[in-house]
Amino acid sequence: MSAAGPTGGEAAGRARLRLYVAGTSLRSTRTIESVRRLCERRLGGLCDLEVVDIYQQSGLAGTDGVVAAPTLVRLSPLPARRLAGDLSDEQRILEGLGLQSLVRDSADGGNDER
Amino acid sequence: MASEPESPLKAVPALPKVATGISGFDAITFGGLPKGRPSLVCGAAGCGKTLFATTFLVNGATRFGEPGVFMSFEERAEDLVANVASLGYDLDGLVAQGKLAIDHVRVERGEIEETGEYDLEGLFIRLGFAVDSIGAKRVVLDTIETLFAGFSDETVLRAELRRLFGWIKDRGLTAIITGERGDGQLTRQGMEEYVSDCVVLLDNRVEDQITTRRLRVVKYRGSAHGTNEYPFLIDAEGISVLPVTSADLDYTIAEGVIATGIAGLDAMLEPGGFHRGTSILISGEAGTGKTMIASSMIDAACARGERCMAFVFEESGHQIARNARSVGLDLARHVEAGLLRFEAARPSLYGLEMHLARMHRDIDRFEPALVVIDPLSALRGPPVELQSTMLRMIDLLKSRGITAVFTSLREDGDIDHDSAIGVSSLMDAWVKLLNVEANGERSRTLYVIKARGMRHSNQVREFTMSEVGIALIDAYIGPAGVLTGTARVVQEAEEAAAALRREQENLRRQREALRRRRSLERQIDELRATLESVEEEEALLLSEDEMRETTLANGRRNLAARRGSAR
Repeated sequence: MSAAGPTGGEAAGRARLRLYVAGTSLRSTRTIESVRRLCERRLGGLCDLEVVDIYQQSGLAGTDGVVAAPTLVRLSPLPARRLAGDLSDEQRILEGLGLQSLVRDSADGGNDER
Repeated sequence: MASEPESPLKAVPALPKVATGISGFDAITFGGLPKGRPSLVCGAAGCGKTLFATTFLVNGATRFGEPGVFMSFEERAEDLVANVASLGYDLDGLVAQGKLAIDHVRVERGEIEETGEYDLEGLFIRLGFAVDSIGAKRVVLDTIETLFAGFSDETVLRAELRRLFGWIKDRGLTAIITGERGDGQLTRQGMEEYVSDCVVLLDNRVEDQITTRRLRVVKYRGSAHGTNEYPFLIDAEGISVLPVTSADLDYTIAEGVIATGIAGLDAMLEPGGFHRGTSILISGEAGTGKTMIASSMIDAACARGERCMAFVFEESGHQIARNARSVGLDLARHVEAGLLRFEAARPSLYGLEMHLARMHRDIDRFEPALVVIDPLSALRGPPVELQSTMLRMIDLLKSRGITAVFTSLREDGDIDHDSAIGVSSLMDAWVKLLNVEANGERSRTLYVIKARGMRHSNQVREFTMSEVGIALIDAYIGPAGVLTGTARVVQEAEEAAAALRREQENLRRQREALRRRRSLERQIDELRATLESVEEEEALLLSEDEMRETTLANGRRNLAARRGSAR
């Protein structure tokens, strides 16, 4: 499934992520926090994160094919991938996004911890 | 379509409904789908769910001023547009006019990774956004069950779907939810649990290599509805459901009587022909002259300047025209004049559905006053389906006030040997042709079994076909039974001889009586003469006596006188 490994690693070196949340519910804020933390710690800033509130920008949800909330969309490297849920499990998020390669490149410590 | 079907079922304050604009469907549901509620349209793949839903939206946008949102979970917007373009639906145009919004929700298995809790707020937002952007009143979710492939957490999905349908109701949106047919239930994921107001089941069955589409309203909470399976067809004009009782047999009947072109047959019917707009069955075995009688009716109609259309399944139009020439009917000139059209097709060319659809289309284009289907018995199919096809065919013709002439090879009016289903009960008039075999010859006989709404002869007539046309002759009906053909001629000759004999006998008796009368009269004369002579004799004797008395008296007087003088 995560055959995106080679392309993912070389494409631009950076990942563009967009997180869709529904309003400012507890789940939304918790999700935003965990994704932010993930980007900073595990991906070492190698990603651009954009947070979209679908209540505010309802048009965008359609263009990115968002159904569930919260949804994290990997816009690049292509193809786009979607993760639904409150994104509590960092490892699953990385696997889901196919960004483990980025983790390995930037922070070896991350792997050792495990 | 009839937006207000006059029906006793509608007398109670009815549920507000939204017309789908699908001809026939609004009739069987007495108005359409429940307003402001979701309805479920389910069926197996390829049975027309998406088309049904699209038609609902397009009609809403174009005919009822209700914009609609099409939320597709399967097809991409481009595909959807292309798919219905063949029906003349310009979805792009409607989108540009702001009457339609299409949102393709792409959900593919494994594409969405689930990491924890989530809800389907995204879907709500998108739907809400689309609805608000055009002020939609109608919504289609096609096929929402695809979500079950994309998301594995059924508990969440089911809760969210329940919420979604609640939301649709709250917003007052009339929605169609489509669902794929599942095993043992209407839809794979049991959507009928959530959408319980109105459930429509579409079906596409193949029987004997012929497909038929059927529609059934499984339930309709708070409303009466037709409960049967109604065949429907998808053609260039979109979906049309063909309910058997589309107009509750509430036809505006065409007035008038049409002559058959056969004087003898017209004479058998009290008004001098068949009622206009009725269906007439001419049944009989091969070679009894069904097509000729039908041809004669065509000729008569064309001669009146009416359009005729003949759907022929066993011969070509040319062949029929040529054959009709043998009885002095020139059908070719009617074809040339544009009054007559033959539509010839092998019965096996299409399924019943297609035949009906084709007829539907041709009849609508040509607008004939008389339609001939020759022979009806050529249409083959499962009996039940055949029956429904016939019904719809007759329905189609009657609702347009078209007189229909069906010929049937089955002399008992049944459409199939194996079944007891007859078409005869659907027919308003039934003329039966029978070849009577006797004395080494066959003669054609004809009788009118029934003719609704008129008195008709109950007699068997013999008919002959010659170059001057079809003529009816009274059959011989007498103590020796019903005789036709040569036997009739022989019997008639015998009767004539017997009559002659009787007449001669009468004359003889009359002469005898006269003779006896005369002899008696003679005797009377003789007696009278005798009487006269006796009377004469008596008178003579009497006068002689008187004379003698007088003479004696005179003698005495003379004697006395003499004595006196002597004293």
